[in-house]
Amino acid sequence: MSLLEVNHLDVRFALRRGDVQALRDVCFSLDRGERLGIVGESGAGKSVAAFSLLNLIAKPGYIAGGSIRFDGQELIGLSDRALRRIRGHRISMIFQDPMMTLNPVLTIGEQMVECLKAHRRISTRDARAISLRKLEQVQIPSPEARLDQYPHELSGGMRQRVIIAIALLLDPDIIIADEPTTALDVTIQAEIMALLLELCEEHNVGLVLITHDLGVVSQVTQRMLVMYAGRVIEQGPTREIINDPQHPYTQGLINALPQMATPGERLNQIPGSMPSLSHLPSGCAFHPRCGFVTRPDGSTRQACVDEVPGFVTSGNCQAACHMVAEMIERERIPAEEQDS
Amino acid sequence: MTTASLSTAGSSKGSSAAASTASMDSGAAVPEAAEPLLSIRGLEKRFSLSGDFLEQLKFKGGKLVREQKHVHAINGVDLDIQRGEALCVVGESGCGKSTVARTVMGLIHPSAGEIRYDGERIDDRSTKELLPFRRRMQMIFQNPYASLNPRMTIQQTLEEPIRLHHPDWSPAQVKDKVAEVMNAVGIASDWGGRYGHEFSGGQRQRIAIARALAVDPEFIVADEPISALDVSIQAQVLNLLMEAQQQRNLTYLFITHDLAVVEHFGTRVAVMYLGRVCEVAPTATLFATPRHPYTQALMSAIPRLEDDRPQHIRLEGEVPTPVKLPSGCVFHGRCPHANARCRDEVPALIATDEGGQVACHGVEEGRI
Repeated sequence: MSLLEVNHLDVRFALRRGDVQALRDVCFSLDRGERLGIVGESGAGKSVAAFSLLNLIAKPGYIAGGSIRFDGQELIGLSDRALRRIRGHRISMIFQDPMMTLNPVLTIGEQMVECLKAHRRISTRDARAISLRKLEQVQIPSPEARLDQYPHELSGGMRQRVIIAIALLLDPDIIIADEPTTALDVTIQAEIMALLLELCEEHNVGLVLITHDLGVVSQVTQRMLVMYAGRVIEQGPTREIINDPQHPYTQGLINALPQMATPGERLNQIPGSMPSLSHLPSGCAFHPRCGFVTRPDGSTRQACVDEVPGFVTSGNCQAACHMVAEMIERERIPAEEQDS
Repeated sequence: MTTASLSTAGSSKGSSAAASTASMDSGAAVPEAAEPLLSIRGLEKRFSLSGDFLEQLKFKGGKLVREQKHVHAINGVDLDIQRGEALCVVGESGCGKSTVARTVMGLIHPSAGEIRYDGERIDDRSTKELLPFRRRMQMIFQNPYASLNPRMTIQQTLEEPIRLHHPDWSPAQVKDKVAEVMNAVGIASDWGGRYGHEFSGGQRQRIAIARALAVDPEFIVADEPISALDVSIQAQVLNLLMEAQQQRNLTYLFITHDLAVVEHFGTRVAVMYLGRVCEVAPTATLFATPRHPYTQALMSAIPRLEDDRPQHIRLEGEVPTPVKLPSGCVFHGRCPHANARCRDEVPALIATDEGGQVACHGVEEGRI
């Protein structure tokens, strides 16, 4: 059994004009020490998915259905008190903006000691010693001096290192990182991602990495999910999806990158933009932007407009797309005919 | 391909005269270029951190002294932009790339140096004297959520620059022009009555581009125009900018931190670090043979799809603050190849065999 199993997760936001469904039928799992990337554009629901794992969704959002099992224990419906034993302890979180995450009026040391004391019966002296060791692990220069500094005295990259140190403080099983390097420069981003990867491997920590950067996902993760309009539309081993994406949206996303086009030529853009979650198109949410709704012979694939696609398996990947399903079906029939 | 002529000034404190001598010294190796559309010489910009006069007064050793601290945002930048090219300026936050863009547009006044547009000096002009140039050069800003006035309809937003620069046009002419630019950027012209908040980020950036195109400029300064957008929308906006360049024969000064975009979009690239240009080269050359150690590190840090692990060159430490600039080469503290000369002497831009220019003692001495 996987360490973390998410099944049929539905998250809604209760607004005055009615419920908006931010996540629909999201399923994924994470093994011990595995690194999973969740990719999508803004509004795809990737952050909501990450936040809902620890029930960090602020009102008016709520988990409307599904299950989240961590180490055999169901997290949905757990009391705050019970959840606090997992949150920040066995599953910790790294947020996007390092300045917003740290408390500006406490020193780095105070914040780290506070975190340790909240979860363990420990003396301040021991807590400081552990904090110092963690700061050393994230390769902060002169870690002892940092303990008595305030967040504003550190640069952005340094703050994100401190946050990684805090995330590692209680030796968690899983770290959820929500766009941990978006606010940082490229060279600092590369260093932080390399550090995170090394630490996860060294301590056998699982990682759920939320990002919009396909390059980062391909460098750091083993498996990935692609999300669109609140649904997972493709999942599988990272390398396979990047090299041979099945879903037209994933293909479009990869082909739209400047590095996929000849310099000076037009980029392969996806027409249109992501639909608002309160006005989702019928059938496959991607169909108004999809070039495959019309078959090569000119006929319309009506299922794309009418039915929500289920997952079909292709190789080690799964894609939720009628076109892929049809192609697999077509390949399977001649193969069977050949067998007989 | 256009030829480059660019160099950094010898000293960050040097006057504009000293800076232009330095540029001539290193410019000698460069083949004579055609008259550039925009030429920047010895540009410097310092921002005061110390507040007003009273706040600058400090009591030290029994005496009242005046203390001033400055952010040295640009420290002697020389840059030429040829007609019809897209010059990309890349660098990390705080390297002064946006300050260069804003100084060129006259939004901030340089502390030293001069900017010539089409041969005429524009950095010392009053707002009124700048007006004819403002029609020829337009700017696109980074955040389309902040750059559109929320209380104006799109029609009003787009009409404003036309009315300002063409006061003699009839209302019908203005309307036609607005419809034309809206069509050019792919926004239906009957959406003019809507307000900015009714559009998505990508559409807003299209409107910002339409506003820049409305007065038929020849030169556009784009400051991180796609950084706030999603990947699939970035491709749309980049395509739009490239189409506009072809159809209207535009010249771009394109500021970005994203090297992947530069590789696709730029004719030439200037890499900036701490307010200085460390390397400038035609795009293909820069990506094939980056010479400056900083350029090499920057390029290795781009996460590429084909990588299975991060492959970056590890740099020591962090970007120093522009309040207290390092001596010598600004990059020496993080450079794996630095020696005593790098610590003391500011490197000037020298031409390379590949057709670019690089400011690095190591490259000059053949060490790198």
